[in-house]
Amino acid sequence: MILKIERDYGRFRHIVRGTIKRDLTRYITRGELIGKQGEKLVSIPVHSIDLPHFRFGDNRGGVGQGEGANGTPVDGDGDSGQSKAGDQPGAHILEVEVSLEELAQMLGEELELPNIQPRGKRSVVSRRDKYRSVRRTGPESLRHFKRTYRKALRRQIASGTYDPSKPRIIPIREDRIYRSWTETEEPQANAAVIYMMDVSGSMGDEQKEIVRIEAFWIDTWLKSQYKRVETRYIVHDAAAREVDAHTFYHLRESGGTKISSAYDLCRRMVEDDYSPEEWNLYPFHFSDGDNWGGGDTEICVEILKEALLPVVNQFSYGQVESPYGSGQFIKDLEEHFHDNEPLVTSKIDGKEGIVDSIKTFLGKGR
Amino acid sequence: MPALPHEVERARERIEELARGHGLVFDPVIFEMVDYNQMSAIASFGGFPTRYPHWRWGMEYEQLSKSHRYGLSKIYEMVVNTNPVYAYLLTSNSFTDTKLVMAHVFGHADFFKNNIWFSPTDKKMMDETANHATRIKRYILAHGLDRVEAFIDACLSIEDLIDPHSPFIRRRSEPPEEEEREESPKPLVRKMKSKDYMDSFVNPKEYLQAEEKRLREEMEKRKRFPESPEKDVLQFLIEHAPLERWQRDVLSVIREEAYYFAPQGQTKIMNEGWASYWHSRMMTERLLTDAEVIEYADHHSGTVSMQPGRLNPYKLGIELFRDIEDRYNRGRFGRAYEECEDYVQKRDWDQKLGQGKDMIFQVRRVHNDVTFIDTFLTEEFCREQKLFTFGRNDRSGRNEIQSREFKKIKAQLLFALTNGGRPFIYVSDGNFANRGELCLWHRFEGEEIKRDYARETLKNLSMIWGRPVHLETVFEDTPTRLTCDGETLKEEEITAQV
Repeated sequence: MILKIERDYGRFRHIVRGTIKRDLTRYITRGELIGKQGEKLVSIPVHSIDLPHFRFGDNRGGVGQGEGANGTPVDGDGDSGQSKAGDQPGAHILEVEVSLEELAQMLGEELELPNIQPRGKRSVVSRRDKYRSVRRTGPESLRHFKRTYRKALRRQIASGTYDPSKPRIIPIREDRIYRSWTETEEPQANAAVIYMMDVSGSMGDEQKEIVRIEAFWIDTWLKSQYKRVETRYIVHDAAAREVDAHTFYHLRESGGTKISSAYDLCRRMVEDDYSPEEWNLYPFHFSDGDNWGGGDTEICVEILKEALLPVVNQFSYGQVESPYGSGQFIKDLEEHFHDNEPLVTSKIDGKEGIVDSIKTFLGKGR
Repeated sequence: MPALPHEVERARERIEELARGHGLVFDPVIFEMVDYNQMSAIASFGGFPTRYPHWRWGMEYEQLSKSHRYGLSKIYEMVVNTNPVYAYLLTSNSFTDTKLVMAHVFGHADFFKNNIWFSPTDKKMMDETANHATRIKRYILAHGLDRVEAFIDACLSIEDLIDPHSPFIRRRSEPPEEEEREESPKPLVRKMKSKDYMDSFVNPKEYLQAEEKRLREEMEKRKRFPESPEKDVLQFLIEHAPLERWQRDVLSVIREEAYYFAPQGQTKIMNEGWASYWHSRMMTERLLTDAEVIEYADHHSGTVSMQPGRLNPYKLGIELFRDIEDRYNRGRFGRAYEECEDYVQKRDWDQKLGQGKDMIFQVRRVHNDVTFIDTFLTEEFCREQKLFTFGRNDRSGRNEIQSREFKKIKAQLLFALTNGGRPFIYVSDGNFANRGELCLWHRFEGEEIKRDYARETLKNLSMIWGRPVHLETVFEDTPTRLTCDGETLKEEEITAQV
């Protein structure tokens, strides 16, 4: 059945995709569907067009219900819960949890991400049996009760032996249906993600928050694409070192910036632990783009060219806008490399830029 | 329309009978079973099968169907305020849920029919929305989709500038203007004192007449238009904006629909509370079988669950109705009760009045959310329900619990409900500075409006008015006038009255 809503839905999709030129782009926001993932609330981006109205500002506070002393933080969005009291009576809304897998799927759908094609020689194929079809013979333990019942019911109705007041269904030999398996081949590809981040003084808390959110989504997506994903973290200012995830997101150093130190450590990591024959490699580097002068950028370019780019699936560089202005590094990279090389750069100006940058990083399907 | 499945139909008859037995009064209710896609589509249209073409229904649909597909949320039921009442049931709901939803729907149906705020709504709205769709489709054929849609967008930007109280205000009949004019008006020009024989020289007649005319004209100009600030901005625009006929009609469609939906916004807490009250009574007293209790309890508590930082209108509504019933059953109101200071005596207060049922029926007839909270929210209730106010702590950047003081909670709630939690905006002058410009006035009550939104809204308004538009409001304690002449926006401090 074609619903009448399709007309308006199509129109809406065209407007947000920009295929129909309407002067509404300035109202397009990335709305959010809020889902829960364990303890965490995650938001899935959906487009919406927010027509302006006369209204009060946000952060008006509101009334809530529950335990807690004064000063206890309440989660929620500062919404008194009634602001949506609108034209829809009786719409019961329930919030449910989503699994990581589903999250990745939503992200993929929303951003129209292509599935990654692991490079052929690196994937080991494994065989698995999956029960996804039926057949007419088989062991009783695999009998498909529902299908069998349905078939028996159909036969009895057709033959006129079905009595609605005494609905007794007796399956005979021909009615029985059994589950059956097919053999599928699954590539068993592994991936290693190496996150590098500049922790010099110019990277503030907000910048780190952006990196954290972005890394969460990248992890989610890559985990949905690979059997096994290993994650390593490198921080650097003038020197680089490997750290655990917690330190990675919370460490704050001061001092200068030498990006080459991180790239060098990354190269050694790859050489020692991740042979390109067995691993799909994804180094990500986030910085505010300020690099130490004195030829360090040239060293970076050299390491990338010589050691990293030939072996990785994709090298991604994200430059996060910081209050100290964003640096030159992204331009330097773009100058030295061409589009056909597996290097992707993206500029992230604030939290709104995260979604676009994820799309840039993951949109290539590499 | 296919008939309801046998067991559902039987349950419907039973529930309807029960509902009538409890004293609920409602128009016939027609239930339809739909699948989730249909439900999303109907809900996107605000419960109607047909609406005029516009992308925002599509947007609504995307959000509803996606959040269902992703398993984030789901709509259980949808009920429409018409006669007969239409209600949609989800085919995928379990039988327990279906019974719950039907009981809930009868509560809504009773509320729609009896609550005074719903009395002006058009009970034939199904036909009306279809007519609106036909009219707007015709304009689209004649003037092009882009043009009509752009105009609708501009109108939607101000669709909330209506006055839901206006159907109830009985204005004194228009003053008989003609008669007034016939009375010889007092002369405005003072004559200079003079001797009789000098009069024609000191006060030449021609001059007097000319001056008189000039003063009269000036007075006419100074007369305000509209005479007092007009809250129904949409109506003012329909009457006075230089619109083409189709535009005027589009605007009136939008206004009519805004008025139709307004009472649902005004009575969200009561309406949901009333329906929840009745579904819980009917389900737990009669309808549940032993096997269904757990499922019912699970879903009912999901509906009325509370979350920190958010107030659930279902929860607040149902608890308030129960509280009122209890208080009027036991006589816990009035001066003697209020002034009682003995804790034990107050706790065990019971005069066995038994007026609870009458009272809640009366409440559902005459109140809306604002008066409901204002009248029946008590300090004991706030304490029992663990209500609190919260606000942004600038230092931590989080929302934090601020107070559990009754007065503050009530003030915060009432503020959020009054005028739908939106600023009061009036047309203050339709001929601003005598240049035919439109001036709106924000009745400032201490809360600033959102600047960027206001600016964009003004832009849209200027498209409708065709001449520059202004908004007088207050930013950072400074009276400010925002002006938009269609292209540029400017802000200036209001210094003196123009």
